Amino acid sequence: MANMRLDKNPMPAQDPNVRNKNFDEVALGYTEEMAIDEAKRCLNCKNPKCVSGCPVNVRIPEFITRVAEGDFDGAFQIITSTNSLPAICGRVCPQENQCEGQCIRGIKGESVGIGRLERFVADYHNAHGHQGGAPAKPESNGHKVAVVGSGPAGLTCAGDLARKGYDVTVYEALHLAGGVLVYGIPEFRLPKAIVQKEVKRLEYFGVKVVTNTVVGRTITIDELMEEEGFEAVFVGSGAGLPMFMNIPGENLKGVFSANEFLTRINLMKAYREDSDTPIMDLKGKKVAVVGGGNVAMDAARCSKRLGAEVWVVYRRGMEELPARHEEVEHAIEEGIIFKTLNNPIAINGDENGAVASMTCIEMELGEPDASGRRRPIEKVGSEFDLPVDAVIMSLGTSPNPLIKSTTKGLEVNKKGGIIVNEDGLTSRPGVYAGGDAVTGAATVILAMGAGKQAAKAIDEALSK
Amino acid sequence: MYRIVTKEALKPTVILYEIEAPMVAKKAQPGQFIILRVDENGERIPITIHDYDREKGTVTIIVQTIGATTEKLSHKQQGDFLQDFVGPLGVPTHTEGKKKVCVVGGGVGCAIAYPVLKKFHDCGAEVHAVVGFKNKDVVILEEKFKAVSSVLKVCTDDGSYGQKGLVTEALKELLDAGHQYDEIFAIGPMVMMKFVSKTTEPYGIPTTVSMSPIMIDGTGMCGGCRLTVGGETKFACVDGPDFDGHKVDWDLAVKRNQMYAEFEKHKHEEVCNLFRQEVK
Repeated sequence: MANMRLDKNPMPAQDPNVRNKNFDEVALGYTEEMAIDEAKRCLNCKNPKCVSGCPVNVRIPEFITRVAEGDFDGAFQIITSTNSLPAICGRVCPQENQCEGQCIRGIKGESVGIGRLERFVADYHNAHGHQGGAPAKPESNGHKVAVVGSGPAGLTCAGDLARKGYDVTVYEALHLAGGVLVYGIPEFRLPKAIVQKEVKRLEYFGVKVVTNTVVGRTITIDELMEEEGFEAVFVGSGAGLPMFMNIPGENLKGVFSANEFLTRINLMKAYREDSDTPIMDLKGKKVAVVGGGNVAMDAARCSKRLGAEVWVVYRRGMEELPARHEEVEHAIEEGIIFKTLNNPIAINGDENGAVASMTCIEMELGEPDASGRRRPIEKVGSEFDLPVDAVIMSLGTSPNPLIKSTTKGLEVNKKGGIIVNEDGLTSRPGVYAGGDAVTGAATVILAMGAGKQAAKAIDEALSK
Repeated sequence: MYRIVTKEALKPTVILYEIEAPMVAKKAQPGQFIILRVDENGERIPITIHDYDREKGTVTIIVQTIGATTEKLSHKQQGDFLQDFVGPLGVPTHTEGKKKVCVVGGGVGCAIAYPVLKKFHDCGAEVHAVVGFKNKDVVILEEKFKAVSSVLKVCTDDGSYGQKGLVTEALKELLDAGHQYDEIFAIGPMVMMKFVSKTTEPYGIPTTVSMSPIMIDGTGMCGGCRLTVGGETKFACVDGPDFDGHKVDWDLAVKRNQMYAEFEKHKHEEVCNLFRQEVK
């Protein structure tokens, strides 16, 4: 008999006033009892809408049934038959718009905590290891595939192909595998040890990861295919160059792109004493984060942890914030101040070329624009100065031209995103692409879905 | 891991490292740079390539021991390994189609000026060189410069070697003597490049500078290396490192580079103290 309680088992979390001073993970995860209790809320629908809401089609009711039975290892096998990175997805997927958004229990009450259960299963596996000996390694099929970029798209594509016996090499520009999972998403949302464990698991299945290699500079896609013998290449090189607003003062000292700020913290661990990488001392300082997406929330929450008073400046209203609801809620709990319906028009410096204040203008919302959101309009004469010591621009990214400019016959769209068909195949035979390099900045799970689709298409093309 | 094949102190604080990095060596061009990390907790620092040997699979850099990371590097010995070494990054210097050029190098910047100068020479240009140093003790690469330039002016700030004074003064003498250059190429401290650009502006000679701003990834992802050039924001790692010296907003660039000066000073002292303790 299903547990018909209307609300989800709440996620145990660090107290907001404790966690806003440390980088440890915010959400602590379900216990076995909580997981089994939550799993019993699933009705095991005959036609499970949640599965079609998942970009990688995790067999959700099946794995949840195993959790309810206490068979956590069985649940893990079911999840990983379609999802290579469950510990990551369980933490960073926008489940409210995907699986949980489709859950029948959500009509009257709260949906089943699918993401929390996925995380529990993955963490249980990581803590207890594989039951009944190491999983079988696939037999090599002799085909070589190269993957450009070790973010969510690349790792998923590599994992799926390696499990089918392909000889896969992943090239990463940075010194550590993981892409945005290691340089972008903070430790307190996604511990880096978890990312490295997932990478290790792929290496177990035969994936080779080559770091410090910038495809387009160190080696080109043409060379990978013509000289190194790769039969197919998957490009999952990520979003690219951070955008700025083109307002006066953007290159002053103390103005950062969210990418730079987060990379210093997440990849380079600049907040730790033993790191040689510097970061601006924000203790007692005032920081404005410009933008309202998940990256802006990450930058704001990191600034808070470094001791700053933090304002999120966003040109639309609270309702329109593109960040996940949970991220906004966490940010508010941690003491981040939202200055919505405000837009910066200039950053002002002091005599040393450092940020002293940011001039903003108040906004109001007009008619919906092409994106369906109400267009922000400036209120004439409402300019005011916000005294700040640092500004973090979190406005999205534009594609990196490096791969396009060094690969013969690779077509991109007006915005610079690589053009692909429904299989992820580009205009260049044998070259596939997916993730932010195609779509522009999006989510981890969409990138994984694209990596998965391309892996399937590559397998079909090469096994002919 | 990347092996140090050769380590040679050109001067006590100016050290040449030849690093085994075959994939980088295969692609390297004058004007490009690499990013290295000395150890697991190390900072990523960009260093412009001095030389490369495609057959041997090595890349040579010349580094002045100036901060925490370069201090740590200077304690590595021949045969030791660097944690990370990635490249070649940036757009190679355009050296084709020039008849007569003047290359201006300042201090350890001469290490980078040399391969550019040699490439200009190999592309058929007549090359003049002006190189400046603090004093006689830190003059480097003089013989190498001499071999590929038809005019070489060595300057020292204190007059202890060559001509006394700044590179801009020596450059101005050449310009006033009527030399018609297609291009001036300057590499060195930002302040030097700024004043070389100011010197050549009245003469209307195209002046290229090799910028070395603060950087992390070196592939365009972080935007830390951005500069204002001709009123537009440019990323040194993907648009550069070479830029039109007459269009760079120098005051902003110089100030931005001071961003972590305090941290650098403390970290350097900390590292020096660590090494002193180890010696004891």
